[in-house]
Amino acid sequence: MWDTIFPYLLSGVSVGGQYALIAIGYTMVYGILRLINFAHGDVFMVAGIIMVYLAASGLPLWLCIPLVLLITVAVGFLIERAAYKPLRSAPRMSVMISAIGVSYTLQNLVLYITGGLNKQYPTIPGISDTISIGAAKTKVVTVITPFLVIALVVALVMLINKTKIGMAMRAVSKDFETSQLMGIKINNVISATFIIGSFLAGVGSILFFTNYPTVIQTSGAMPGLKAFVAAVFGGIGSIPGAVIGAFIIGIMENIIKGLDVILFKLGVISQPVGLATFSDAFTFALLIIILIVKPTGLFGEKVTDKV
Amino acid sequence: MNQKKSKTPMIVTLVLVAAIYVAVFIAEQTLPATSMLFTVLKKGAVYALVAVSMNLLNGFTGIFSLGQAGFMLVGAYVYGIFTIPVDQRASVYQYFDGGIVQFTVPVVVAMIMAGLAAAFFAFLIGLPVLRLKSDYLAIATLGFAEIIRAIFQWNGLGPVTNGSNMLRAFPNFNDFNIRDASGNTVVYLSTLIPFIIAGVCIALIMLLINSGYGRALKAVRDDEVAAEAMGINLAHHKRLAFCISSFFAGVGGAMLAMYQTTVQAKSFTSAMTYEILLIVVIGGIGSVTGSVFSSFLFVACSEWWLRFLDEKQLIGDFEVPLLRTGFRMVVFSVIIMIVVLFFRRGIMGDKELPDLLSRRNKTKGRAAK
Repeated sequence: MWDTIFPYLLSGVSVGGQYALIAIGYTMVYGILRLINFAHGDVFMVAGIIMVYLAASGLPLWLCIPLVLLITVAVGFLIERAAYKPLRSAPRMSVMISAIGVSYTLQNLVLYITGGLNKQYPTIPGISDTISIGAAKTKVVTVITPFLVIALVVALVMLINKTKIGMAMRAVSKDFETSQLMGIKINNVISATFIIGSFLAGVGSILFFTNYPTVIQTSGAMPGLKAFVAAVFGGIGSIPGAVIGAFIIGIMENIIKGLDVILFKLGVISQPVGLATFSDAFTFALLIIILIVKPTGLFGEKVTDKV
Repeated sequence: MNQKKSKTPMIVTLVLVAAIYVAVFIAEQTLPATSMLFTVLKKGAVYALVAVSMNLLNGFTGIFSLGQAGFMLVGAYVYGIFTIPVDQRASVYQYFDGGIVQFTVPVVVAMIMAGLAAAFFAFLIGLPVLRLKSDYLAIATLGFAEIIRAIFQWNGLGPVTNGSNMLRAFPNFNDFNIRDASGNTVVYLSTLIPFIIAGVCIALIMLLINSGYGRALKAVRDDEVAAEAMGINLAHHKRLAFCISSFFAGVGGAMLAMYQTTVQAKSFTSAMTYEILLIVVIGGIGSVTGSVFSSFLFVACSEWWLRFLDEKQLIGDFEVPLLRTGFRMVVFSVIIMIVVLFFRRGIMGDKELPDLLSRRNKTKGRAAK
């Protein structure tokens, strides 16, 4: 039984780690701007496309990776400056619509550049190699991901708790206007948030697309939505919450993907019933359950609405 | 608001609308049926209905729902399932022994069933979801649309929904054309009928918006607490708006099925909802006329007027750079972003056509388009 479940568990942990890196971007932006950044999943996809083109241009891979991260950060920064900053005093819905517009624009831009074709993600030596752990055969990246994620999260939590910019971020997410009055440069803090979020999405895209090596303009949509669900699940605004939520969602999703096989081998069912179709739907079912039972998520703070 | 309005603008509007219908009818009889104009008009009519139904929620009730594609999917499937001719079912449901539904209902009945089914789904979904606020509600409805999509693609339901295979062979817009015995088309109605269906539905929505219920919905949008204090039952009104909007989204889905002539669950993605939302925003959140205008504009731009951007263009000997497949959509999305960022009120703001006319009449302005 363990041998049947283990491979799915392993890829679940890996995918969960990749979702976690995206989810942090969502949760930080939401914590500060109260905005669901619908374009974040597309930033993740753009990072993948940039990698494809950089690698195709003949640059050595050790140069490509930092360049990808740099450009992704620049993209995230520019999106905030161009599409969200002008709407700082607008109603929240306008900003959300703008985010949807950015998502639409990025997808169309990539469609134009790639011609709508699947692009093959370059193989990165070292992390694309196959290894076997027990009965499961997998890529090195699967094993690296959770450790890398934990390292990055620890670094991020340190940044938020120990540095000045981190303190400013916490202040802004507590009370936007008061912190502005206290002399915090809101725009710098927001930019920093977007830079961190995009950087992590960039790292996430390198890990994710090494495992699922085709990139197309829509490949950011689903991981983006799932990472957002993870952020809500863990309590939006909370980084550890987002990470734990992402791991839970990643693992559950992969187990459901393999549920037919698992149940078949256990002898519960005699023929496949196609439960894998529901691996995406499950994530959203989880979202709706958590929103009804505990709308603030696992680690979220309780907010009261003032009239 | 209570000042006595002159009736003239209303009458002018009705005459204009009637004139548009006559123009559509005449154009259809005279122009070749393959003209791009008709594609735009048909798809525009479908999108107009769906956009208005979304506007009823987002613009008039203040419920920011992103589930429209899911309800359209329900409508499209219900329509397809109940109208595929019995003798075609064996080939459509080839992997499921012809399916289990072995009868058909008339097109009109199927469309109403499509709406009712979507409204029923909305009722179920609304029970948990409508208790949520703003962006949580948006993401939860988006999630439900994805769940609906997964359910309809599930092979376990294959005998009804044909699993992940497409539904086809059901009556489409072209079947409205009147043919003579030898199969030649005598009267073209394939564009007029969608116009009439969408028109009737939009008129019903307008009637609702201008009724006491509509005013209650606007009160809910403007201030929930105040509305509740005035004795408006929040839960009831939100649920009502959600179900009615979904009913028309379902009918719109059925029309989309007719327009596309095939239905497949995987095409009803969140991207479709986003497109409809952008149409509503461009037209002006809270304006039915705006949604209708911008639907036709949106479809015309994306399908027709900006087509030249997708092909190589020569000015003299100079080849214009950047022009190739997909550039149209880039230009298009940039235009949308400009509207979203700098013209946040959209084309019409929250005004309707009669409002515009009455102002123009006063200032002796040029006649409305």
